[in-house]
Amino acid sequence: MSIYPKVTHTDASKLGRKDFQTDQDVRWCPGCGDYAILAAVHKALPELGIPRENFVFVSGIGCSSRFPYYTQTFGMHSIHGRAPAIATGIKTLRPELSVWVVTGDGDALSIGGNHLIHTLRRNVDLKILMFNNRIYGLTKGQYSPTSEQGKKTKSSPLGSVDYPFNPISLALGAEASFVARSVDVDSKHLGETLSRAAAHKGSAFVEIYQNCNIFNDGAFDYLTDRATKIDHELRLEHGKPMRFGPGGAKGIALDTRMQPMVVDVATFGEDRLLIHDETNDALSFFVSRLVHPNFPTPVGVFRAVERPSFDELMQAQVDKAKAKVKPGGVQALLDGGETWTVT
Amino acid sequence: MQLDAPAKPSEIHETVAIRFAGDSGDGMQLTGSQFTDTTALSGNDLSTFPDFPAEIRAPAGSLAGVSGFQVNFSSSQVYTPGDEPDVLVAMNPAALRANLADLKHGGILILNTEQFGPKNLERAGYKSNPLEDGSLSPYQVFPVDITGITLRAITDLGLNQRVAVRTKNFFALGLVYWMFNRDIQHTVDWIASTFGPKDQTIAEANLRALKAGYHYGETAEVFTTRYTVAKAAIAPGRYKTITGNEAAALGFLAAAELSGLELFLGSYPITPASDILHFLAKHKGLGVKTFQAEDEIAAISSAIGAAYAGGLALTTTSGPGVALKSEAMNLALMLELPLIIANIQRGGPSTGLPTKTEQSDLLQVMFGRNGESPIPIIAAASPGDSFFAVLEACRIAVQFMTPVIFLSDGYLANSSEPWRIPNLSDQPKIPVTFRTDPVGFQPYLRDENLARPWAIPGTPGLEHRVGGLEKQDGSGNVSYDALNHEKMVKLRAEKVRRIADSLPPTFIHGDPEGDLLVIAWGGPFGAVRAAVDKVRAMGKSVGHVHLRHLNPFPNDLGDILSRYKCVLVPELNLGQLSLLLRARYVVDCVSYNKVQGKPFKESEITRAVLTQLEAIK
Repeated sequence: MSIYPKVTHTDASKLGRKDFQTDQDVRWCPGCGDYAILAAVHKALPELGIPRENFVFVSGIGCSSRFPYYTQTFGMHSIHGRAPAIATGIKTLRPELSVWVVTGDGDALSIGGNHLIHTLRRNVDLKILMFNNRIYGLTKGQYSPTSEQGKKTKSSPLGSVDYPFNPISLALGAEASFVARSVDVDSKHLGETLSRAAAHKGSAFVEIYQNCNIFNDGAFDYLTDRATKIDHELRLEHGKPMRFGPGGAKGIALDTRMQPMVVDVATFGEDRLLIHDETNDALSFFVSRLVHPNFPTPVGVFRAVERPSFDELMQAQVDKAKAKVKPGGVQALLDGGETWTVT
Repeated sequence: MQLDAPAKPSEIHETVAIRFAGDSGDGMQLTGSQFTDTTALSGNDLSTFPDFPAEIRAPAGSLAGVSGFQVNFSSSQVYTPGDEPDVLVAMNPAALRANLADLKHGGILILNTEQFGPKNLERAGYKSNPLEDGSLSPYQVFPVDITGITLRAITDLGLNQRVAVRTKNFFALGLVYWMFNRDIQHTVDWIASTFGPKDQTIAEANLRALKAGYHYGETAEVFTTRYTVAKAAIAPGRYKTITGNEAAALGFLAAAELSGLELFLGSYPITPASDILHFLAKHKGLGVKTFQAEDEIAAISSAIGAAYAGGLALTTTSGPGVALKSEAMNLALMLELPLIIANIQRGGPSTGLPTKTEQSDLLQVMFGRNGESPIPIIAAASPGDSFFAVLEACRIAVQFMTPVIFLSDGYLANSSEPWRIPNLSDQPKIPVTFRTDPVGFQPYLRDENLARPWAIPGTPGLEHRVGGLEKQDGSGNVSYDALNHEKMVKLRAEKVRRIADSLPPTFIHGDPEGDLLVIAWGGPFGAVRAAVDKVRAMGKSVGHVHLRHLNPFPNDLGDILSRYKCVLVPELNLGQLSLLLRARYVVDCVSYNKVQGKPFKESEITRAVLTQLEAIK
């Protein structure tokens, strides 16, 4: 007889955004991009058809990691960088739960870099939301592993000499089965991206550009200002040619040295543009190397491929072994092997 | 199988210790464990001590590469692997040089002459051949061409030289089986089942080597005597030989069954703890999930996740791993989740002596974290006791909702002893209650043990947040309130202190009061117990307390300490338990310390006890 609670799950279809808000005062700085992301998540969760009690949000340390306090699910605000490992334990023990990791560029890529890459390669079925503001906010303004080289911060008054990570390339290199990018203030695109991530079976890594209006204000203005957005955003759509700019006038193509180039679609011809393919590894990586300001910034799903998840493989292995094990439980194991009797 | 009946005279001995020593590629660990199993099956009490280098294959013939396995077996009770071996089997000059000093004066020395050429003698640092220079005259020396005779016995099997030579350890084993009147059948069966399915020829070669060794003892005009060690008077029951790591792993499986919890192990390979991971990974059929993490921190973090999700969660490691896990241990403490951290100690600091034993992590696990961080500590006293110590650690973790440290050490982990197989139905259940009622639920409400409710994901209405930030008493909300922080620090300390209220009275072996109390913990149990018995047989007034609970200490310990004129604390460190006892009870402990990567010898403790008794006269 199981000691685990027999529960009747709540009706997921009745959930709304308010059901995911907590009674805690949200303590991010006024104007922080985190508010928009929180709202988008609260909007996306009720749409997933999952009972609220089956959600778990795990975070590390940093501004983004306060997220669980503001979300009415099971949650853990853990220690710096370790959220993917903690979430791996939760998901591995209880594959039926929907486990989310909320992390930042410092938490995920600096102190927790090792856990992130290994979680991705294992394909643990976790939804990993990485808020990238290219700065350390909670410790008050030091450069992060995604800060651009030369950036002047409190800990780099002469300019940072660190070369930054490209988080999307990193995730792809770590064998992530789902890799996407969205932007804090683009609630529609962010919501769609979260839904895709939630529906993906396996590790889903979502980089969310997030403005820190205190220590790195305007880092993504080129991508969020109405005036410039159209020239700098490349929406990735599976099976569609890579076009951007007003009226989709510009596109991405390969030059004769297999390097990307921005072309004028009308003169170059749409049929010679690259077609986005979420299942093409080489292309996903290629697209991740399109970096501002020489290229438009790709947003959307870079890669989405099917691969059995770690937790389901583990469960299958245990189930298979259980079916084969001799009856008698641990006592049989104790009694087994070479024994002798003293009378 | 009973080979030729003994034609040569047989001497009866009560206790014999044999050490097998050779290159780390010579199969000495295998030889030792085969001899152990056979000896256990023939009804002796025994204790073993495998001693091997950290290098998997140090240069052949070098002192650094010497691997040894000592078995002490007896017709009476045995507490230690034996101070001085009666028999040393040395497969090469380096093995002789590294081990000869330990051999009993007049002891038996079996040497593989084939290896005593100029090159190997030089590698071992010999200026002259000890077989010829008379330096071995204090011993009974039996030079045997083990390699040569083995090769001749299997020559028609057509194995290449490198593979053929590797069977020579079975010759040595066979010879020792003959000397001690052992039945070779167990090893015959073992060879068939281990090598048979893979390579019939190798199986045949090993079998022939074994029998060649046995027959050599019988027929060669070298050995004049056989030795008999009668069965020991052991408590009735079913027995098996078990190592500390096996017993610990079985303890975790048993605790899962006794509690009904799903078992989860998050681990990163580290000597000498890895065997627990190997053992549990093999038994997924019992429901255990084992996760080999990317590092020590991920290992404990995954276990914290599993504990949060409602599993019986553990992580296994050694001292360097504990150092890496310390921040996460504090998270588990703040979250007040049950979690076992098994530290199989080894020689430190830093990488230290990975394959050698030491007890030098007590203060690390007691104090090695930031902030006021009380975590209960349980220590195993013998290989088989690891099983029961683990059950106790799991009971405390679940009953008090706290991380618990289980301490073992390299000696306990790898040594084996006959173990009376416990009946799980005799073991108390480990009761677990998950919170299900949302009415009045707060994550940091407390029961009579000050334990908070275990409210696992998936339970409707119990959605809540936990974390490493200080908690408001009751609600568990983040709180920076000054007085609340002090209250929570004291609550966490009091919760651990109350564990002592759940403990039975401390067992005192020997005199319950008097001249000297020997108080110890962990691996030295056997040496201390044997020494105390010996000294008491001399009419001295001595008691022995062996602490299972190092944090909190038992409630009656202060009173016990005050009943003796002197307290002696033998430890394989520079006095860590002494420091804790002095600080807590303001008692003047006398430390007796050794940090050589080796367990205490019984004679060392005996001498220390006698010296101390003399001093207080």
